[in-house]
Amino acid sequence: MSQTSQTSTKRLVTKLLLTVVGMFGFGFAMVPLYDVICDITGLNGKTGGQVVQEEEAKPVGDREITVQFLAQNAAGMDWEFRANDPQVKVKPGEVKVVSYYAGNRHDYAMTGQAIPSVAPNEAAQYLKKLECFCFQEQVLQAGESVDMGIRFFIDESIPEHITKLTLSYSLFDITDYEKPQAAVTLN
Amino acid sequence: MSAAHDDHHHGPAKGLSRWLFTTNHKDIGTLYLWFSFAMFFLGGTFAMVIRAELFQPGMQLVEPNFFNQMTTMHGLVMVFGAVMPAFVGLANWMIPMMIGAPDMALPRMNNWSFWMLPFAFAMLSSTLFMDAGAPNFGWTFYAPLSTTYAPETVTFFIFAVHVMGASSIMGAINIIATVLNMRAPGMTLMKMPLFVWTWLITAYLLIAVMPVLAGVVTMMLFDVHFGTSFFNAAGGGDPVLFQHVFWFFGHPEVYIMILPAFGVVSTIIPAFSRKRLFGYGSMVYASASIAFLSMIVWAHHMFTVGMPIAGELFFMYATMLISVPTGVKVFNWAATMFKGSLSFETPMLFAIAFVVLFTIGGFTGLMLAITPADFQYHDTYFVVAHFHYVLVPGAVFSIMAAVYYWLPKWTGYMYDERLAKLHFWLSFIGVNVLFFPQHFLGLAGMPRRIPDYALQFADFNWISSIGGFLFGASQLIMLVVVIKCIKGGKKATAQVWDGAKGLEWTVESPAPYHTFTTPPNPDLIETP
Repeated sequence: MSQTSQTSTKRLVTKLLLTVVGMFGFGFAMVPLYDVICDITGLNGKTGGQVVQEEEAKPVGDREITVQFLAQNAAGMDWEFRANDPQVKVKPGEVKVVSYYAGNRHDYAMTGQAIPSVAPNEAAQYLKKLECFCFQEQVLQAGESVDMGIRFFIDESIPEHITKLTLSYSLFDITDYEKPQAAVTLN
Repeated sequence: MSAAHDDHHHGPAKGLSRWLFTTNHKDIGTLYLWFSFAMFFLGGTFAMVIRAELFQPGMQLVEPNFFNQMTTMHGLVMVFGAVMPAFVGLANWMIPMMIGAPDMALPRMNNWSFWMLPFAFAMLSSTLFMDAGAPNFGWTFYAPLSTTYAPETVTFFIFAVHVMGASSIMGAINIIATVLNMRAPGMTLMKMPLFVWTWLITAYLLIAVMPVLAGVVTMMLFDVHFGTSFFNAAGGGDPVLFQHVFWFFGHPEVYIMILPAFGVVSTIIPAFSRKRLFGYGSMVYASASIAFLSMIVWAHHMFTVGMPIAGELFFMYATMLISVPTGVKVFNWAATMFKGSLSFETPMLFAIAFVVLFTIGGFTGLMLAITPADFQYHDTYFVVAHFHYVLVPGAVFSIMAAVYYWLPKWTGYMYDERLAKLHFWLSFIGVNVLFFPQHFLGLAGMPRRIPDYALQFADFNWISSIGGFLFGASQLIMLVVVIKCIKGGKKATAQVWDGAKGLEWTVESPAPYHTFTTPPNPDLIETP
């Protein structure tokens, strides 16, 4: 190989290696990117984080939307876990308080984490939570039980065709995790 | 393969060190091809275990967990060990000779990128002998099956994927550098043989997506060992994210395995039709379009995970769009044969079988692209039939066509045409008996990756297994043909095939250890 073609090979290989590094980074960039796209589209049914309310929301119109509450233990979790109010009717903009019950049946302390999911997915972004037990880990001592609240309202811009939505919580056993929030921020 | 060169002037070193330390593109090509052949038989053995277990309903031979290990290892070994290294081997052997270059641009890296592979696959295969067993989560290794619920050997799997990914990336960089910088004077881009073109495009795909694969297995490694929650819902992660990242790599990957095959077929069909390739320029642009489209269709593998309707529609239409450039290619191959003076030597037989059977796989791909229909076909044997049609009589047949086509150039002897034809016909019949009934099984509802099935699926599974054993056994014929051809036979001329075009046929057979140390005469370079 001549001298000039050797330098041009070097330059090309450098560019290609940079592309490789860039694409490796892009693989990781897909993680926050995915969260952003999910936020916009409600792709994975995740609800948004805590909403800070400026002034008291007021019910708008006389539309009523049925909100159903589900509870399930994820694999390996066996707390008693259920919604105290399985179904409520709310007007858009109206603030509602409901609660879930959780009980640790074991003779040792455990930590649980509830992960929300909304169906249909597109409704997720209209469900605004003022307070939710899913924002924190739940530490329950042996035999302890607790009622955990959610304060929420449905955004008034929710499309007409959504008349019913389901908020489902999966409860995970995270007792053995040191820092479960290390990689991704919780909703 | 190149033992015949030993008496040559600036010949290779003697003994084992020749292969360990070689920087010669022909030696490294040979190593890649033998390695891939060995992996083809290893992955084939796993497939035989699968078909033997599925021969009859009920649990016959292996435990369900071992069955899952077999499906996983079969997929991994065939994709990363057999098909990809075979194409890299062909690229190493042929690209420098096709563009009139003395060697690859980065010969030492070339040696390294090959020698990483045996270690990667030794590491992966060693898990079969460990207590926890080999990876059992399928070649697509969906989280959390491959993280929370994985056997402990998943770490070996992760590092093996890292190593083979690094090898592929280095191979790709080498090919791009060679093609862009080492072409002989007169070899303009639009005069390059189509095999070189498709490999150049493939190499770009490789450097675009192999790092993403490395990224996704790195995330797995972190989730498994360092307590992160990329894919763990309990920690705020999302298992569906895994599928997006994986298929962002995985879909272009299937084109990485088929684009070089297009190049091979576009080389062989004109040679045995004794005509110029119809629509050379459109072939180049079609390949580039396919490569681009392959990057934006990944979510068609996951229609059923739940996506907004707009997403489902986008990925459906984008997927169907790929059939346009692919259709251009199939049309061009048919048009090349039209009114040609055809002869049916073994490479041509494999190439024609490729065109017909790959197209069947393409059509079932179109069926799978229809979102509502996919809800029925998803994860059934219909999918298995589809991707085996594009990979076995697609990619693998094209590799066999290429091996028969260039074998006389590599060894200096003609292969045994009678045996090779026997290999072709048994493979052709075997592959169809093996995979065609799987379409019906899938449409009837048989799920993939199961060791046992309902009685209604018994007959077609029985037929499929018979085809599998036939196809598997007939590959031994190819081994015999290759070994016979290395040992001797009718001397091959430089031209070998009267209709063959390209610089590789201007050097003697076997190709000397060093070719084009001085660039070829520019007058020899024709527009393909």
